[in-house]
Amino acid sequence: MAQTAYAPGLAVRGTDALDLPRHSAVVRITHWITALTFIGLLISGIAILIAHPRLYWGATGAAGAPSLIDLPIRFMIGHSGWGRYLHFLCAWIAVLTGFVYVGSGVTSRHFRHDLLPAKPDLNLRTMGRIVWDEVRWKRPLEGEALTYNVLQRLAYLTVVFVLFPLIILTGLAMSPALASVVPALREGFGGQQSARTIHFFLSAGLVLFVCIHVAMVWLAGFTSRVRAMITGRIAAGKEVS
Amino acid sequence: MSDPLSRRKLITGGLAAAAGLGGLGVAASLADRYGLIPPDHGGIYGIGETMTYAIQRLLVSRHTMAKEYTPSDISKVAPVKGEPPENETYRRLASGGFADWRLKVDGLVARPSFFSLAGLKQMPSERHIYHQACEEGWSFIAEWIGVPLWHVLDLVGVLPHAKYVVFFGFDTNFDALDKRLINGKWNSIDMSDAWHPQTLLAYGMNGQDALPPGHGAPLRVRVPRQLGGKSTKYLSWITLTDSVKEIGKGWGAGGVERGFSWYAGI
Repeated sequence: MAQTAYAPGLAVRGTDALDLPRHSAVVRITHWITALTFIGLLISGIAILIAHPRLYWGATGAAGAPSLIDLPIRFMIGHSGWGRYLHFLCAWIAVLTGFVYVGSGVTSRHFRHDLLPAKPDLNLRTMGRIVWDEVRWKRPLEGEALTYNVLQRLAYLTVVFVLFPLIILTGLAMSPALASVVPALREGFGGQQSARTIHFFLSAGLVLFVCIHVAMVWLAGFTSRVRAMITGRIAAGKEVS
Repeated sequence: MSDPLSRRKLITGGLAAAAGLGGLGVAASLADRYGLIPPDHGGIYGIGETMTYAIQRLLVSRHTMAKEYTPSDISKVAPVKGEPPENETYRRLASGGFADWRLKVDGLVARPSFFSLAGLKQMPSERHIYHQACEEGWSFIAEWIGVPLWHVLDLVGVLPHAKYVVFFGFDTNFDALDKRLINGKWNSIDMSDAWHPQTLLAYGMNGQDALPPGHGAPLRVRVPRQLGGKSTKYLSWITLTDSVKEIGKGWGAGGVERGFSWYAGI
């Protein structure tokens, strides 16, 4: 492969040889497994939700009892059977993948090196400039293809260490069997219905993250960034797309 | 890459794969022996289902208790899913106050028996106020009055190799020609939930000595550590078995045939 870069005439647009490593194999594989299971969890979650699209607070809630939010969706029973089967299958794959990702991220120092924000970047002016550039739909500089800016770092850390753990815990808190083992799990969220409501808002938060994530990938150059997450390498100094 | 190295890699890889497969086989047979495999373990969804059931059975011992609430926690709204059975027998028994109703308990027991409602009410009675969630998402807290299932199981003498308690409601219809064809509500629980101190054969609710229509009169089971769907209503027959393979399609519940997972400890 690399030899073609030395062949005269073939090296003009030389892509592979000038590529730089971007994502490790563990990050790439766990990224795509998580992406697939997230789609499965979202679809099945909606299938379960539409059986009773109302949210409550506290231990109990039912039609006829005071609700917190009535989602503007029709009650549609009949999808929660396969919904629950698919939800749990995807949840198990996502959780096991998450363990591999976090374990490897700690031992390989991926979190410390690539995701922990540098102290000087943690100020409102830097973050505000990034948001302003993004709002104006301004492409990031080429140098930024090899690293994450402070907002990306904070977003990824929030997803990995706040949203995902909480959505798993609120999911487990809805289990009557597990609530009998660890009552604090359910009571800590304020009861089974509160856990269900928080689970809903966390999933909405994750959907919002995915939307912004995909928009930013689009802004930075969809083909090159998706290619980097598949092959692990990114073209240095030029846009492949 | 040199040849001997790749051969060595091949051998170690092969050995690792063999050990892995062997390990999986041992794990599967151990899981089966210790009752960690649910009846609906088949297919792609069965993988997630088996993981959930096995891990929960390892974490949830026979003695972990569902939270007991106080009378002031009892929900004002206790919704009902489904209507009372439509059949003639049920209507006749209901009009007679269930005086002629008998609960049949048989299968892998030393003393197959019939119990009347009056007989069950003379047994040691318990009241539990606990939370019940429907798999659709709604939930309520209610008081349930009845006799612990373990007490009835002790009376009939459960044989040691019994693995499941199967519940049939009045709305269960057996096909005259094909015994694998069962219409209606039937369900099963494993012995861990069957012997559980809070599992109740309930004949009363919220201070009343009888179950309201829709909540399963004359008798329903209450399995507090699973979703409400496992608490079969309108009971007429309880049987103990070492396998649910021969009942219906063999998936442990009528609900599974309609697409719902068997284990509902979620």
